[in-house]
Amino acid sequence: MRLIVHNMLSCNIKGVVNKFPLRIEPEKIIVKKVDFNPDFLKHMFAKIDWKALVYGARSMEHTELPDNAPDIKTLESDESFLRKFHHALLELHLEEGSLVCPETGRKFPVNKGIPNMLLHEDEV
Amino acid sequence: MSNRPELLAPPEIFYDETEARKYTSSSRIVEIQAKLSERALELLALPEDGVPRFLLDIGCGSGLSGETLSENGHHWIGLDISASMLNVAVEREVEGDLLLGDMGQGLGLRSGVIDGAISISAVQWLCNADKSSHEPRLRLKAFFGSLYRCLSRGARAVFQVYPENIAQRELILRQALQAGFGGGLVVDYPHSTKKRKEFLVLTCGPVQTSIQTGKNEYDESCSEDDNSEDEENGEVGISDRNRPRKKRRTNKQGKGREWVLKKKEQSRRKGNNVPADSKYTARKRKSRF
Repeated sequence: MRLIVHNMLSCNIKGVVNKFPLRIEPEKIIVKKVDFNPDFLKHMFAKIDWKALVYGARSMEHTELPDNAPDIKTLESDESFLRKFHHALLELHLEEGSLVCPETGRKFPVNKGIPNMLLHEDEV
Repeated sequence: MSNRPELLAPPEIFYDETEARKYTSSSRIVEIQAKLSERALELLALPEDGVPRFLLDIGCGSGLSGETLSENGHHWIGLDISASMLNVAVEREVEGDLLLGDMGQGLGLRSGVIDGAISISAVQWLCNADKSSHEPRLRLKAFFGSLYRCLSRGARAVFQVYPENIAQRELILRQALQAGFGGGLVVDYPHSTKKRKEFLVLTCGPVQTSIQTGKNEYDESCSEDDNSEDEENGEVGISDRNRPRKKRRTNKQGKGREWVLKKKEQSRRKGNNVPADSKYTARKRKSRF
């Protein structure tokens, strides 16, 4: 599971209010190279929740993202920033670990990079 | 037609390890899935600006359809309920991110983040109640509601479905419309039982281009009646519960001469023996006939 997905995923349990972002408890992290595409990054930048991305990156031991979301000008001009963004968003994989709902503490295990988001009968 | 898989077992049980491998290694299935995915991607009508998009593949299974998305340069998230199918996808090293989840429980994705969604041969599984606690309508509602929320403005969702019967197709369409989607059905090769494929094309919010037309036996584009008027207006057809079924396509005045002549021409093209057209063709008979 990459951070781009973590940035979109919220807890689906019925009645939960504080459902995003899910906390990450990593056990195994791997890095997989992905082609660098600035167009895609700029397209996604508007949709990304920056704080959640920084939180996710820090949980996966990547500390080079700035705390505050940069503005459009930095995005256009600063390639090194784009590369850090690319690395955090698309190249860090959580292979084993769990995602935790911030309100209920319910754990969604991650195995082989696949988070198990299936809810039990009483959570729907 | 042989037994439909959804009548045999719930998807997470039907698609166990053996079935998952069989499914993915059958070259026929691989080919069909690839074609269906290409067509679905086409119907998504993503802007052709070369920018990769972030898509959702619902019921991605072993990643056959997702591969088509990757080949076209897009990033995607795949959702499936069968762990065995997803394991095959991992083995095949698909490029998308995979989620083990039940679409009937809601997608759990943030608002407006997805640029488009496809689903190949998966949504019909929602119409069956696989557990006593399942109520298909509620599951469809949860699915379409959460899908509508997570799609960005102007994005589309294209589902290739194999509905069991008209009632099932109606149910799916109705739930989609209730969730706020607009759109309609595109049917490819409507006259061929073997080649016929149905795509449900749903749109979120206002749309610039008109809905695509389905393909017919001559590989030209012909439109489903429901979409033809909308093509002229350049708008999306919003079908309601009373959209005319195929049988009721004709208007109340009965079938006119033009219609009869058209049908005779079609029949001639097929090679049937058709009497010649004359001034008596489609003449109004006395009521006692």
